[in-house]
Amino acid sequence: MTKQDFSTLKINSLPGPDDITRIKLKNGITFLFRPNMNSMATSIGGYVQAGSIYDPQDKLGLADFTTSTLMRGTRTQSFQKIFDSLESIGASLGIGCGSHTAGFGGKALAEDLPTLLKMLADVLMNPIFPEKDVERVRSQLLTGLDLRAQDTNDMAMLEFEKFLYKDHPYQNPSDGYIETIKAIRVKDLAAFHKKHFGPKDMTLVVVGPFEPESVISLAEEYLGSWLNEDQADAMQVPDMPHPKTSIQKHHVIDEKSQTDLVVGTIGPSRNWEGYYSALLGNSVLGQFGMMGRIGESVRKEAGLAYYAYSALSASIGPGQWMVSAGVAPENLDKALDLIKTELRKFVDQPVSNEELRDVQSNYVGKLPLSLESNAGVASALLTMEQHQLGLEYLQNYEKMIRGITPESILEAARAYLDPDRLVISSAGPKP
Amino acid sequence: MSLLETIPSVFLKNGLEIKLKEIHSAPLISSWIWYRVGSRDEIPGKHGISHWVEHMQFKGTEKTSSDDMEKSVARTGGVWNAFTYLDWTTYFETMPADKIDLGLELEADRMVNTTYDEKEVESERTVVISERQGRENSPGFWLSEALHNAAFRIHPYNHVIIGDQVDLETIQKNDLNRHYKTYYTPNNAVIAIAGDFDKDQMLKRITDLYQDIPSGDDPPRVNRPENPQRGEHKLTVEGPGETVLGDVAYHTPSASEPDFFPLLILDSILSGPQGLNMFGGGGISNKTSRLYKKMVEDMEVVVDIHGGLPATIDPYLYTINFILHPDSTTEDALKILDDEIQRLQDTPPPVDELKRAVKQTQALFAYGGESITNQAFWMGFSEMFASYNWVTSYLDNIAVVTPDDVQRVAQGYLQPKNRIVGIYHPHKKGNNNQ
Repeated sequence: MTKQDFSTLKINSLPGPDDITRIKLKNGITFLFRPNMNSMATSIGGYVQAGSIYDPQDKLGLADFTTSTLMRGTRTQSFQKIFDSLESIGASLGIGCGSHTAGFGGKALAEDLPTLLKMLADVLMNPIFPEKDVERVRSQLLTGLDLRAQDTNDMAMLEFEKFLYKDHPYQNPSDGYIETIKAIRVKDLAAFHKKHFGPKDMTLVVVGPFEPESVISLAEEYLGSWLNEDQADAMQVPDMPHPKTSIQKHHVIDEKSQTDLVVGTIGPSRNWEGYYSALLGNSVLGQFGMMGRIGESVRKEAGLAYYAYSALSASIGPGQWMVSAGVAPENLDKALDLIKTELRKFVDQPVSNEELRDVQSNYVGKLPLSLESNAGVASALLTMEQHQLGLEYLQNYEKMIRGITPESILEAARAYLDPDRLVISSAGPKP
Repeated sequence: MSLLETIPSVFLKNGLEIKLKEIHSAPLISSWIWYRVGSRDEIPGKHGISHWVEHMQFKGTEKTSSDDMEKSVARTGGVWNAFTYLDWTTYFETMPADKIDLGLELEADRMVNTTYDEKEVESERTVVISERQGRENSPGFWLSEALHNAAFRIHPYNHVIIGDQVDLETIQKNDLNRHYKTYYTPNNAVIAIAGDFDKDQMLKRITDLYQDIPSGDDPPRVNRPENPQRGEHKLTVEGPGETVLGDVAYHTPSASEPDFFPLLILDSILSGPQGLNMFGGGGISNKTSRLYKKMVEDMEVVVDIHGGLPATIDPYLYTINFILHPDSTTEDALKILDDEIQRLQDTPPPVDELKRAVKQTQALFAYGGESITNQAFWMGFSEMFASYNWVTSYLDNIAVVTPDDVQRVAQGYLQPKNRIVGIYHPHKKGNNNQ
């Protein structure tokens, strides 16, 4: 049978300078918009410089607690009123806490964009942290921490980061600890908000079926007048040296059937010149097809795990490059040996030309899929802005990916991965 | 073409049903094949076999090795995956439009040619067991498993889809192969494709790929209706941790019965809106639903609460899940839950509350419609328990529900004698280091 080509749309209109509007609102907020006339709905996204790196050591979880409480009441609206307005029109708005930023995202039918933006502005600018609501959120956060303590995946990751980023701002869990959450007072939340929430270095993105002028005017109307003279400057985080030797730690959680394992080290930041080499290399190592070489070895050949993959997490500061797997407790050492063998191979020899071609095709091919929805486009625009990748980024993407070589991947791998200097963290029953 | 336009089915001579929808907003195509087999088609001793067969479908055919399958799809940048549910098993590929032929060929090939190699079966045995053990790490899994066992004494919805450990240890290659040969036939399948293609050209291609595959005997479906429950069932599960979890499940009718739509509105009013979106679209929060407002906000007896009413072929369950507030008791939580249900049974909900549920449903469709994968999913999914008309008329069916209908189904189905209450009690033996 002959192969068929079904596509009727030959021109791939990736977002770029021609259709992305990028301006500064009058108070300095960076605003990006991309129209999508095919959609009946709109997505918004953005961030302010108010992440968990600003948490004081005795109040870890403060940024997360603050963002979780923003929607509990403002000067003019109660929690019930806020959610009644959103839910009655089928809209959603959420605010979450990352390490550098507090990010927000929302959705609504296109006709309800003004309601969504107005609500976003109100909860960002005018929260009042009502005592009763704060206590309610505290109970929820503490229950979340109880559940975390029983989650083998969460605990393996938490311990991994604690050792990997020793004495670095990234070593702390953004959701804090039971005692630090208990120590946070209403005045701490209000002070954190005052110091870190503001238009400086804030970004807002809108995608949906609108003309740019109308959306800019809405953004100006609701967010353009926000000023905060007390807002602190964004903090720079230091580099992090690689572990000097391997460290292994097992966190015991009794009565679990499976042990979760995280093995890794410091990875590149998003703006490192070899980032794309590391990214494609990581795909060969533990992503491509059924979880790359790691999946082939640990899952397919040895049958040791349902999931076993590698991940590269790169943002503003030092990132992480790690392998993760869920295994039967008695197979922990076996899985670890297989993972180390794959890491050794990965830093000893360049990936094959065929492997490189495979992952290049994968990365080029999946781009349109990631941009299918408004939320996907909004997320891409936010990444471009946060890491100053330029409005041409998506259009230059294929060229960048095709420019990677086996040698540049080997160089990136050797710059970060050393099988003898790993942080190895597992959580599950006593071995 | 509008988001919810009727799509007629085309049938090949071998019984294969095909639904095609052209969408030319992005150069992508999403292709799904659905088989009418799920965990409800399993007998004791073979629990988990449908899901395991789904795993084996990735192990290669005589023509294409497992490695080639995975790599050829991944090279396109496309995504593919499979899901096993109570009533069905499905496989999909979403790919750049000019590459979808790979996915179409692959599915036609593995409908009949999957190899069942002894070594591959044994290696997958430990993978499937590992998948189950990963789930066992979550207290909610144990609770759900116990709840299904208690809810269905007769009907095969009584076991979890992943299957029982003892069966996963003993199912053999021949069992898997027999299951595959019995259920993976064109007359037991539906193909649903949406995206950037010409319908005639696509139909021709599907016909070329599938017309020579012979139809099989009509596969058996277990038909053991559950008897009405005679009194409330209560159960507890114990395990490590600090947090008490609760599941309250009411027996409810199948998705094709008229009462299902008033129950969807009831679910929306009590525990928040649920959509049909499997891929993207996101959800709408449930902070103003009656149970959240009363139990989380006003009385603080739980820290979170959700509800779910899955669409199934046979009568299944409306389940409310909660996380108990550390300062509360399950008795208090259940009392307040019952009071809220009683309120709905005593007084029909205001019209505004129903209107809101309709608007929320419209929004969820609009969000889901942004994804071609979702649109293809809707077509095949609904054919598994009703027909695609079920989706296209979904909004209309929601819109005609009256306050009296909601009151009536609350009175009819949300009765203690018709429910199972499951509680997860931590016995606090685990290590609770933060």
